[in-house]
Amino acid sequence: MIDIAVVSDRTAINRHGQRQRLQDAAFRIATLVFALVVLTLLGGVIVALIEGSVPALREFGFAFITTEVWNPVTDKFGALAPIYGTLMTALIAMAVGVPVSFGIALFITEVCPVWLKRPLGTAIELLAGIPSIIYGIWGLFVFAPFMQSTVQPFLINTLGQLPYLEDMFMGPPYGIGVLTAGLILGIMVLPFITSITRDVFETVPPMLKESAYGLGATTWEVVWKVVLPYTRVGVVGGVMLGLGRALGETMAVTFVIGNSHRIATSILAPGTTISAAIANEFTEAVGDIYTSSLVALGLILFVITFVVLSLAKMMLLRLQRNAGT
Amino acid sequence: MPQATATAAVHSLDLGIYRRRRAVNRIALTLALGAAGVGLFWLIAILWTLLYNGLSAIDLSLFTEMTPPPGSAGGLLNAIFGSLVMTILATLLGTPIGIMAGTWLAEFGQNGKLAGVIRFINDILLSAPSIIVGLFIYEVLVIRMGHFSAWAGAAALAVIVVPVVVRTTEDMLKLVPNSLREAAAALGAPQWKVISLVAYRAARNGMITGVLLAVARISGETAPLLFTALNNQFWSTNMNAPMANLPVVIFQFAMSPYAEWQQLAWGGALVITITILILNISARTLAALTTTSK
Amino acid sequence: MTILTKTTLRHAAFGFIAVMATTGAQAADISGAGATFPYPIYSKWADSYKKETNVGLNYQSIGSGGGIKQIKAKTVTFGASDMPLKAEELDAAGLVQWPQIMGGVVPVINLKGFKPGEIKLNGLVLGNIYLGEIKKWNDEQIKALNPGANLPNTAIAPIYRSDGSGTTFLFTDYLSKVSPKFGSTIGANSSVQFPTGIGAKGNEGVANMTKQTEGAIGYVEYAYAKQNNIPYAALQNKDGKVVEPKIEAFQAAAANADWANAKGYYLVLTNQPGAESWPITGASFILMHKTPQDPVAAGEALKFFDWSFKGGDKLATDLDYVPMPDSVVQMVRKTWTEQIKAGDKPVWTAAASK
Repeated sequence: MIDIAVVSDRTAINRHGQRQRLQDAAFRIATLVFALVVLTLLGGVIVALIEGSVPALREFGFAFITTEVWNPVTDKFGALAPIYGTLMTALIAMAVGVPVSFGIALFITEVCPVWLKRPLGTAIELLAGIPSIIYGIWGLFVFAPFMQSTVQPFLINTLGQLPYLEDMFMGPPYGIGVLTAGLILGIMVLPFITSITRDVFETVPPMLKESAYGLGATTWEVVWKVVLPYTRVGVVGGVMLGLGRALGETMAVTFVIGNSHRIATSILAPGTTISAAIANEFTEAVGDIYTSSLVALGLILFVITFVVLSLAKMMLLRLQRNAGT
Repeated sequence: MPQATATAAVHSLDLGIYRRRRAVNRIALTLALGAAGVGLFWLIAILWTLLYNGLSAIDLSLFTEMTPPPGSAGGLLNAIFGSLVMTILATLLGTPIGIMAGTWLAEFGQNGKLAGVIRFINDILLSAPSIIVGLFIYEVLVIRMGHFSAWAGAAALAVIVVPVVVRTTEDMLKLVPNSLREAAAALGAPQWKVISLVAYRAARNGMITGVLLAVARISGETAPLLFTALNNQFWSTNMNAPMANLPVVIFQFAMSPYAEWQQLAWGGALVITITILILNISARTLAALTTTSK
Repeated sequence: MTILTKTTLRHAAFGFIAVMATTGAQAADISGAGATFPYPIYSKWADSYKKETNVGLNYQSIGSGGGIKQIKAKTVTFGASDMPLKAEELDAAGLVQWPQIMGGVVPVINLKGFKPGEIKLNGLVLGNIYLGEIKKWNDEQIKALNPGANLPNTAIAPIYRSDGSGTTFLFTDYLSKVSPKFGSTIGANSSVQFPTGIGAKGNEGVANMTKQTEGAIGYVEYAYAKQNNIPYAALQNKDGKVVEPKIEAFQAAAANADWANAKGYYLVLTNQPGAESWPITGASFILMHKTPQDPVAAGEALKFFDWSFKGGDKLATDLDYVPMPDSVVQMVRKTWTEQIKAGDKPVWTAAASK
């Protein structure tokens, strides 16, 4: 009797165990499938972009990247002007945004009174969430007229008169243009880079900073000689994340870039960026080559941001690993 | 006095260098303060302009009337509705995918090579330009379907939701202490029950935070909707057709010369910003509740 | 969750799904896309039509180029373009086109201290401005046309259309006709490479940008200048007379149009003779498929256009558009019954529209 009961219990237990293992395997496979969806999404994006760009790339070849012409009438397209605009506006955005972000992060971590730290940090992070279209319309209605009436004439009359800089600051003050777009981008990436820089600054072990203070270092010296070298990789990673953001930004730029497919030496002139060109022209592009050229622009943008973001990711990973040791 | 001469000697030795270092420090900190001031000034200026112009546009008609033709007064009801519908749909589509993928990364893949690759790819997708997402969905959905539709718009937004939810789900699940999991396993629970009944429950607040953040992110996205959902002048509940949405309406209205349209654009911008701020603040309070309850 | 919340949620979900599902059966809203040139009048008509019949017209003003693209891709019921397609192109794409409304393209300026019509230009000077050869408002060539005017030393900011536009086509067509240099350097098309200036999206964008930028000059359909109080410039026409843009000037230019002999209604009305004629007049066209994918929606669209021919004239003239003359309307109706068919039957008949 007892033997039979034990045997039947064991088979029941085995069956129960088998069923559990099956359920576990099913769950594991299900989650793996969804994880692979993430991979296929990126793969899909790349494939879709390449597929869409093939007609244009086949037509123009490598010259697509080096031609400035953008003529929907003769169906001749070149990506040089959008690429230049993208890089130029991102450069201006970084030139303005990085020092200011660094200053704000410095302020929050070293100078700020304790009661102000949390609210200020929260405020910065909330500002990072403001959608870019807000920056765009603010730029169009408030900033561009301000640039046209005040800043640009000032620049033309001062920096525009100096021998080497005059080509860069010449031209009628339109208000909109590459400089305006770059400045608005800079303001936009500010909260983003600031919060990353601040987070990175706070990973510095207090021991290191206290040691430096103990030796009589001033606040500035602690930041410049202790904090920054320690967090160097993370800061660069954060900056590159901000750069990746600035390169791909559409709405903040489209309103104020001026939509002209030309490369001008003056940063006061209108231009175009890859995302602004796509946003403005995609729904109206007539013909395969035109549409395909715009998708090809998207592919180029994707490649650029992919490279920048990968570098940023690797740098931030390295900092995390170092911080852990 | 020996002490006085000693101090005098010390003073005369180091004063020059010390003064210089102090001056550099002062300048640097003033510049930092200045930078903070400048940066914050512009950000506050933007918010101020938004409030000033947007508040004058906010009244009941904004939420009850449809987008008007140029020259007439109206509201943003169809745009708000469209945005709500597409946001909800995108969240419903993207969240399960994100949670499942995040679960795999935290529970099964962990430190393996495949997991590393997927994490990397996920972060790329997280920061990818949203206009690329729009192009992708255009090629995949709009062309195949033959027309713009709210489905395509929701799909584009879902592609943006997924990486955010994956990231936060994984981070939150990793925070759940292993002792909880081991306790459940010791009681005889299969792994899938350990994860779904124990780990999820423990990380629930954090995962909801992630979803809230994703919703906040897609609420303001314009570029992906530009050539997927397009826009619609009228009230429409047809998912198979272009649907009005706030960001594209703001885009169109702001670039027009009509005063009523521009005012509606500001109003819509304020509505979006306030919604996003509320979502972000809720997410943070929820996250804070999680950590304090530990 | 309590039983109550569960039931409420379930009801809400069903309601949501029900609403989504039933809207497929709703009366087809007409969808169209294209030119921004006629957008002010189309949206006024749509507003009126909706009040009368509860049928909505969803018109996306994305530029003539976009309209042509969307109708060729069959993503909309009709396309709208100010640049007419040639007969061969129409046949190749299986499309029918007809002129729906006429209007005028007007140069608008933003110069402090000058009222509408005070600045006089001619085609040659306008062409030179857009070629980038005239850079300041007090240039000799502008001074010659405006003796006695106190022109400031402000830089000219030419504004053009960044999207594919029939308005650009009309504008550049006129400039190419009167300025050989413009014709050979830039040419006439819906999207051209201007060597200088700022691009803006749609007639709306150009109007807005002109309003915002000091010293700007742009070109927009007249309704945009009128609705937004943007000062315009007067132009010297083919007969040498200086005319201001207004409905009489557009009507004078349209009076000599020979629609009967235009194959596929292809006719461009720029630089027409006549002492009163406005030099940049044009018609805006509607494009539809000969065999529409959705005959019901196509029928609804044609009902709308028929309604606008019958009762929309006053709204049009209020905005200084020129309605099509009756003779042309008869021809167009005939084109509809003869050319737009589902199977063998015409999609629209005169009887059905009553």
